[in-house]
Order: sequence, then structure tokens, then C-alpha cells
Amino acid sequence: MAGQAVPAEAEQVQETESVDRPWVTVVWDDPVNLMHYVTFIFQKLFGYSKAKATELMLEVHNEGKAVVSSGSRDKMEHDVQRLHAAGLWATMQRDE
Amino acid sequence: MRPWIRKNSLSGPKLRSEMDAHEASVLRSLVASVLGMLEDRAGQAPQDDLAQLTGLRTGNATPPDNPAVRRLLPDFHRPDQDSAQHADDESADLNGAMRSLHEPDIIDAKLAAGAMILRTVPETGGRVVLTPEQAESWLYALNDVRLALGATLDIDDDTPEVLDDDDPRAPHLDVYHWLTWVQDSLVQALQP
Repeated sequence: MAGQAVPAEAEQVQETESVDRPWVTVVWDDPVNLMHYVTFIFQKLFGYSKAKATELMLEVHNEGKAVVSSGSRDKMEHDVQRLHAAGLWATMQRDE
Repeated sequence: MRPWIRKNSLSGPKLRSEMDAHEASVLRSLVASVLGMLEDRAGQAPQDDLAQLTGLRTGNATPPDNPAVRRLLPDFHRPDQDSAQHADDESADLNGAMRSLHEPDIIDAKLAAGAMILRTVPETGGRVVLTPEQAESWLYALNDVRLALGATLDIDDDTPEVLDDDDPRAPHLDVYHWLTWVQDSLVQALQP
């Protein structure tokens, strides 16, 4: 209605709801994929150091999964696609 | 087959090995078989009249039935693992959307990697000399063959090294273990 302003509180709530929660890419353990190969792929696709890539690979191996990247949904889609092309089993989901 | 070694040459670093005629034949045949499965799958994608105009291809929206192809082209989302997911049909939509959008490119990447092996394996065996780029393609394609074999043979962490002689899967498992060695040797030579 003309002349009626939106209360400040309602405006703020709207703003918070419209901000996307970040997404993450998870890589799952798999009996076929080689440890050296997984480490190589993490270095190649994400530019991680050998140490960081090895750490992530071991987490996948020992815990069954690891979060390998995070960010916007678009970026996670792209990361999952590249991981699938390389034969790793990866999925995307909202950050908890 | 010899372990891969990395050597410098006048035209840059090279990855070198040697394979006999039988090994070359087995590898070519397996790669061709995986490429065939992927091409069949690509052929099953819905025809899209707009694709030519927009440059955007539509791929299959539902997962493959064949276990080997399904492992090569897995889902983008696992509803059973996502506590933030509110409804299973939301996940089906997400998977369908992601798959139809991205599967064509993933298939293309795998076809290109396999084609590289077919181009660089000597027809009747002999020396193999690869650039680092070609070696990477070999890694992706070898991995795809192992994934396909693994799915078909139902390989898991409890699968023994050797199966009984009268087990029909035995010769295939031997090939799988050989490919594992080839891939592991190559990735370590490429990036020590």
C-alpha cells in the first residue's frame, strides 16, 4: 500500500534467508582407486601441495570420506564433474 | 611389461615402458570395450532440438542400469548422507538435473582419455613413450578400465589376491591386478 514502509526487522530477516549456505564437495572411499592416484588427482585438480593432498587421501581412506573443497553450488558442481571425469566418487551437499 | 620410468629427452620429459604383444592386445581390447559402453550410453541421451542452437547438450537424467557404466557415471548427490536434505524427491531432482547437465562432458573426457591409449599402444607390442600429458590420459583411462572391471567382478576390500583356478572370474582378476600395477607404476613415475 502506498506510503507504508517495510519494518526494518522484516527486511533484515529476508536478507539473511537469501544468502546461500556454502556447499561442499565430498570424496568417498572406493576399493578400486589407488592411494597414489587419488593423491595425484587432488594435487592436479585443486592445486593442493603433496602433503595436503596426501592428508586428504588418507582421510578418505581411513574415515571413508573427506571434504575436499567448499564454496558456491556452481563451483561444487564443477569440482564434482572433474572428479567424476577422473574416476573418483564425489558428491556435493550443503555445508552442515 | 616393464615398470614405467621417467626420462628426460631433447623434446622434454618422457614416460617409458615396454609391453609384449599379448599385453598390448588385452589393453586395447579392454579400453575399446569401455569406450563402447560409454558411446552406447551417450547414444541413449534424449535428442534435443535446441542443443544445436544453444550449444547446451542434454544428457541422460537417470542413472545407468549397467553396474560398470553406473560406476563410471555416478550420482552427484547422496541423499542418505546429506542431513540438510529435506525430501528424497528434492534429491532425485538434483541428481537428474546434475546428470543431464554434466554427463555428456564427463563421457567426452573419458572417451578422449581412452582414445589416447588406443593411439599410443603399439599394435603388436613394443616400446611405449609418452609425454606427461599423454601419461595423464593413460592414468584416467586405466582407472576407468579398472573401475569397470571392478564393478563387473564385484571387487571390494575383501576380494582376495587370487581366486581358485576353477573360478571363472580368476583370469579377469589377474588382468585387473596387472592393470593396477601398470597404473600405480605410471602415477609414481609421473609424479614421484
